[in-house]
Amino acid sequence: MDFSLMQRVFPFFVEAALVTIEITVLALILGLAVASLAAAAKMSRSAILRTIGTLYVSLFRGTPCLIQLFVLYFGGPQIGINLEPFAAGVIGLGLNIGAYMAESIRGALVAVDRGQTEAARTIGFSRFQTLRKVVLPQAARLMIRPLGVNTVALLKGSALVSTISVVELTYTAQSFIGSTYKPFEIFGVAALLYMIMVYAVARVVDLLDKRFAIV
Amino acid sequence: MSTQLPMVEVRGARKSFGAVEVLKGIDLSVDRGQIVAIIGPSGSGKSTLLRSINHLESLNSGEVWLDGVQVNQKLHGQAFERHINKVRQQMGMVFQHFNLFPHLTVLENISMGPIILKGMTRSDAHALAHSLLSKVGLADKIDAYPSRLSGGQKQRVAIARALAMQPKVMLFDEATSALDPELVDEVNAVMKQLAAEHMTMLIVTHEMRFAGEVADRVLFMDGGVVVEEGPPGDMFRAPQKERTRTFLKKYLSA
Repeated sequence: MDFSLMQRVFPFFVEAALVTIEITVLALILGLAVASLAAAAKMSRSAILRTIGTLYVSLFRGTPCLIQLFVLYFGGPQIGINLEPFAAGVIGLGLNIGAYMAESIRGALVAVDRGQTEAARTIGFSRFQTLRKVVLPQAARLMIRPLGVNTVALLKGSALVSTISVVELTYTAQSFIGSTYKPFEIFGVAALLYMIMVYAVARVVDLLDKRFAIV
Repeated sequence: MSTQLPMVEVRGARKSFGAVEVLKGIDLSVDRGQIVAIIGPSGSGKSTLLRSINHLESLNSGEVWLDGVQVNQKLHGQAFERHINKVRQQMGMVFQHFNLFPHLTVLENISMGPIILKGMTRSDAHALAHSLLSKVGLADKIDAYPSRLSGGQKQRVAIARALAMQPKVMLFDEATSALDPELVDEVNAVMKQLAAEHMTMLIVTHEMRFAGEVADRVLFMDGGVVVEEGPPGDMFRAPQKERTRTFLKKYLSA
């Protein structure tokens, strides 16, 4: 094992990991926004909205994320969508994880006991007031863990954007192979950095879970 | 004039779940201050009837009226939503499983309705919550979360929460069925107190003794129809219909 090589490349990898974090955070924000809309659509009383929500979720969960990125980045220009690798990566990952997060959000909303909604409605609260004051505060807690799992998947899945030439952690690692021929050390360092980031996400999820605990 | 109107009136209520008709044309009239107990075997439709009054179930046909206002008006979309939210504020409902909001304290459970829906000031709503909690004997639990309460305490808070909206009628859907036997009395005592204050009440219950003590009138339902109704004394002592006799025999001997 070439420890000195690992030490030498480490600073470059840390910088690349920052790009991975940046992509993950941006895709997470996009994913949460899209997921909230998709969950609302799937639970809507309108059949059209429910169909749109279901189509979106099946499409993005039913095809490989890699193919989705390729369609967006390589196929996009054919239909007039020209995106920089970074933007394509964020949008592709965001739309993909949004489909999974939609199900996490919907699952949590559905898991809140029906009696809670009934009690709120019989007091006279509107649908919206019931959602806002009674269902969401309870569902929020139930969605923290599943959304945490989705976020970890997103973080690790962000390695895929290396294939559309976004210079993040995996891409950077690959670029060092040609000059070093030491894939074990190079990818080992990358793996270590991914593990540290995943651990950090898990800690944040734990903290949020405690913070939102219902006494 | 308005004092002569029944407080609650149900006319020709029919309701099906899929192919099963659970209400087969129910008529019911409850006067102001009257207490009606609805008894009957499981699946007789008594809970569905109570829930229809509050529009938690919407009838296939028939009408529900509360104090001269039709509950199930033929309105659509937002217009019906606004209407039903107003009407529901005038009916308190108590559920078998309490349905307290677990993320809110007892105080918040009780005061959120008056604050949000009636525009009551925070301090007025808190004073109201405090007096209602004293009434149900739980003033010391005002800052507790529901998870810290026993079943009987939860149900008493649920009653206080419903009363906080100053309803015209209280609907009790098997309020003591989920309670340990030794906790039933504390909830029944609160209901008796409301009876003494002439609150109009509809009580779906399996407790014949309590129904006999508190109700002005008892309705026996079976198979989606009202089989027999009358004052509790007559009903329990000398039921007219065979089905009522069979049902009561099982319960009163137990």
